[in-house]
Amino acid sequence: MFRNQYDTDVTTWSPAGRLFQVEYAMEAVKQGSAAIGLRSKTHVVLACVNKANSELSSHQKKIFKVDNHIGVAIAGLTADGRVLSRYMRSECINYNYTYESPLPIGRLVVQLADKAQVCTQRSWKRPYGVGLLVAGLDESGAHLYYNCPSGNYFEYQAFAIGSRSQAAKTYLERRFDNFMGSSREDLIKDALIATRESLQGEKLRSSVCTIAVVGVGEPFHILDQETVQQLIDTFEIVKEEEPPAEEAQPASEQDAPTDQTSGADQGAAAGDQGGSPMEI
Amino acid sequence: MTKQHANWSPYDNNGGSCVAIAGADYCVIAADTRMSTGYNILTRDYSKISQLADKSVMASSGFQADVKALQKVLSARHLIYQHQHNKQMSCPAMAQLLSNTLYYKRFFPYYAFNVLGGLDSEGKGCVFTYDAVGSYERVGYSSQGSGSTLIMPFLDNQLKSPSPLLLPAKDAVTPLSEAEAVDLVKTVFASATERDIYTGDKVEIVILNASGIRREYMDLRKD
Repeated sequence: MFRNQYDTDVTTWSPAGRLFQVEYAMEAVKQGSAAIGLRSKTHVVLACVNKANSELSSHQKKIFKVDNHIGVAIAGLTADGRVLSRYMRSECINYNYTYESPLPIGRLVVQLADKAQVCTQRSWKRPYGVGLLVAGLDESGAHLYYNCPSGNYFEYQAFAIGSRSQAAKTYLERRFDNFMGSSREDLIKDALIATRESLQGEKLRSSVCTIAVVGVGEPFHILDQETVQQLIDTFEIVKEEEPPAEEAQPASEQDAPTDQTSGADQGAAAGDQGGSPMEI
Repeated sequence: MTKQHANWSPYDNNGGSCVAIAGADYCVIAADTRMSTGYNILTRDYSKISQLADKSVMASSGFQADVKALQKVLSARHLIYQHQHNKQMSCPAMAQLLSNTLYYKRFFPYYAFNVLGGLDSEGKGCVFTYDAVGSYERVGYSSQGSGSTLIMPFLDNQLKSPSPLLLPAKDAVTPLSEAEAVDLVKTVFASATERDIYTGDKVEIVILNASGIRREYMDLRKD
């Protein structure tokens, strides 16, 4: 995309029928660090890559609990994401106050989409620069939606957004047929593997990723670091070769001694029965 | 020409009594379960007690529709607090919130007479007592509602520290054990039931301590 004379205002169409400002907003989503979501019949898992700006700072909060049955992962301008999360929380609280029952996620994403659309049709506003993966439960089961700055929203079986999300999407595309019937543990494992794909070479540790789960009988919550590290170890997700003395991990890492590339890992996926993905 | 008076009131009094007693490491909050209107009983099994947060329990007598609305507002506000601060509200914080919420409707009040009980940040029992528009005070024990005129003097007799010059906060916590306090509450309700027509049926007793929350019920006279 290059600068052109139709991209100054969000209220200006291009001759080809495009709103460039909206498209630029969607570019902002691609700049943020990856966020991944996948769902089964009864559970939805959100995962995201947490990259701190520097060693001195803490990392951005990218997953927010909206209500007991809804959570959201964001990618892009996290400030916009925070504001939208606050809006979503407020809507859930108000709906619950009036109807004494949880806000159906399908309604919430429509309200969110309409809110985003407003910003694409006012000259004094700008589109929200954040993509949201909304995970939640309603009477018909578990759902995952993607809301983008354009005001569109789609339901997904699995999706990934943000930088280097294509690697995660490729992995998910290969595996998504099985997700509907997946157990909670398998779903989390797939989320971790997809996250590792997005890290592209970097070691998967609980300090660089955040996992959150919501399911039938399980309110939305973010898994704590120790649990995530244990899951990473249990699944024996093999990282690409890293000098073993690189960082001191509080939990013991079982690094496979052999140097395996992620390509070989994918090949074993078909034979996966919940065991180590490295079995060939 | 005399002033015309309203032939309809937005309020009703559903009766009932509430009590709360603070201990060294526990708090007892109790209320009867009778809901009445005029000389009639609407139900014998209505809870006037609501858990607002981990360590805050409120008992309210008065107009139960207003009480329900008040409970809902506080619940929603607590959710917002949790989202913003990532933790539960402490009992003293909830006490201030309740006061502000009541005063917010200073010119069309919630007809609710509240006692808020719980554990403060140090784990000690605390009780806050309110009027309908939010004036509140931390005390060691309190009662509200139709039976409070009968109950309060008795609690004073049993729990009030001898020196009237001590600040309330000093005798804030009764030296009674948890079991003794629960027993006192049962005695108090049994007595109030005898003479207050609006108090009776059952008493619901909620005990908050370090191990969590516990509920007990005791039958009262049904006449």
